[in-house]
Amino acid sequence: MGAPCDRCEELLQDFLDRTLTDAEWREAEDHLGGCDYCRRRYRFEESLRRYVRTSSMERMPPGLMDKLSELRGLDATA
Amino acid sequence: MSEPSPDTEARRIATEARDRARFEEEALALADQVYRVARRLVGSREEAEDLVQETYARAFRSWKSFTPGTNLRAWLLRILTNLNVDRGRKIQRSPQTQPLEETDYYLANKLASAGGEEVLETDEVVERLSQDSIVNALSEIPPQFRDVVVLVDIGDFSYADAAQILDVPIGTVMSRLHRGRRALKQHLAEEALS
Repeated sequence: MGAPCDRCEELLQDFLDRTLTDAEWREAEDHLGGCDYCRRRYRFEESLRRYVRTSSMERMPPGLMDKLSELRGLDATA
Repeated sequence: MSEPSPDTEARRIATEARDRARFEEEALALADQVYRVARRLVGSREEAEDLVQETYARAFRSWKSFTPGTNLRAWLLRILTNLNVDRGRKIQRSPQTQPLEETDYYLANKLASAGGEEVLETDEVVERLSQDSIVNALSEIPPQFRDVVVLVDIGDFSYADAAQILDVPIGTVMSRLHRGRRALKQHLAEEALS
């Protein structure tokens, strides 16, 4: 791992956030095309983000919606 | 100016009641998403439930301050994060601040050295992490970083929305997100390898 990989790592989060400029995007893709190490790490980060998101797909506990519905019409002075 | 006629007044009241009912319906339709964020900001289900109820109580009381056509989800989350600051942080133990010099590849490298390179080829790594891992890891992150990670990576808010919700500049959102994600990975590594 050397300087190009350090640079690739710098671009990682913005790459996944899709906030890179076109030039930076090309830079990352060029490097990823030839670097197995960074490619694995990018893939890993992607699956990690999916995990963070999907592990939090928890539904509301039953009954909470009813409690919230009962709050309708609350007076501003209440 | 003359007094409004009873007829105009009745019409005004009817319009307001209709607008209010519409607002409440739209807000309730977002309850699952609001709960999801709450669940990741506080330690327990019960606390999350309380927080969501307080949020909706305040939202319904102050519905007139919402500007129709703007982002209702962001508006609700702003109430929620403010309430969470008011109530929770006083009683939450302060997480130890630890240096965050680790790199973005930290977790990947750590797991690679522990489990061999093949771990990174698949989603197997994720299987090492349970749903509790993420709850535990998030609870270890300092709140100002956690809020941003939860809003952006779990709540799917844009940087701009997160900035608006937390009332901080967008640059602050980005730097906190950066540090928060790294801190999360550090704690997930501890979870996965423990």
